[in-house]
Amino acid sequence: MPAKKVWIIGLLLVIALLPQSAYAMHIMEGFLPPLWSIAWGVLAIPFVLVGYFSIQKTIRDHPRLKMLLAMACAFAFVLSALKIPSVTGSCSHPTGLGFGTILFGPTAMTVMALIVLLFQAMLLAHGGLTTLGANTFSMGVAGPLVAFAAYKVVKKANGPQWFAVFMAAALGNLITYITTSFQLALAFPAETGGFMASLTKFLGIFAVTQIPLAVSEGILTVLIFNAIAVYGREELKDLKIISMEG
Amino acid sequence: MKNLILIAIVIGLAVLPLVMLSDAEFTGADGEAEEAITEINVDYSPWFSPLIEPKSGEVESLLFALQAAAGSGIIFYGLGYMIGRSKKEETA
Repeated sequence: MPAKKVWIIGLLLVIALLPQSAYAMHIMEGFLPPLWSIAWGVLAIPFVLVGYFSIQKTIRDHPRLKMLLAMACAFAFVLSALKIPSVTGSCSHPTGLGFGTILFGPTAMTVMALIVLLFQAMLLAHGGLTTLGANTFSMGVAGPLVAFAAYKVVKKANGPQWFAVFMAAALGNLITYITTSFQLALAFPAETGGFMASLTKFLGIFAVTQIPLAVSEGILTVLIFNAIAVYGREELKDLKIISMEG
Repeated sequence: MKNLILIAIVIGLAVLPLVMLSDAEFTGADGEAEEAITEINVDYSPWFSPLIEPKSGEVESLLFALQAAAGSGIIFYGLGYMIGRSKKEETA
């Protein structure tokens, strides 16, 4: 199936399913009712497919990019293993997907998110198999899409490279957890106050905790991006991140 | 130098909450969400449980450490390769 077609089908599915269903990142095993689990899984699948083909194409066109791809995936592995204390008195972890999003595009990161989430769900009882679709959607679809948009907007406005990288990583991180809050609020509207009351509650748990972590992830992503910009010019040329000339 | 300052900020962001909120428990945000769900819907019970659960907090931290170690291994292998390559180009 041509990539364009998959995209269109994906978008249509999103539009068709969104009004009645929405969930997101690192929701615990069994904590999404079955219908929601399935709906989010269905929503995530087209992005995984597009991502798979986009990675295949990248490797076919530029075989030497394999190493950078592995590094981007490894970055996500490292950052999502770091549970960092935050201002709310609880801990959460970054996603590490902004970096790869800038290099390889948002859908490639859907695949990476799926790999990280599978690993954590199978071995660490973190996240879960039944919530894999919802978590993939928040961390692998919503986060990277927003990260990609943020990067492009800053670049378009002629903002400095570091700022574009920072905003992409930080916003991608934040959106992931905001999506999670939406997903949980949709599945568990409060008896009094309904969806909004639940949303406020979950945002308080996830999003507020995440703000300092988003800043941290932004900074760490700038650090690794700068290193690649110096030593990996060849790879960045392959990827047409040509703004590197400056 | 600039990099060192940036790293210091990252460390500061993680350490400050620990110092300022000395009586907080610093549990995981996902665990707190679990509580919130049971508050909103008292009858909800998870319909599926993890296939394998780490036997203890120690085993779990081992796996997380492995995840981070494997990841940084790959990152710095790649970075080292790139640095070596650009050194070679300079001398060539």
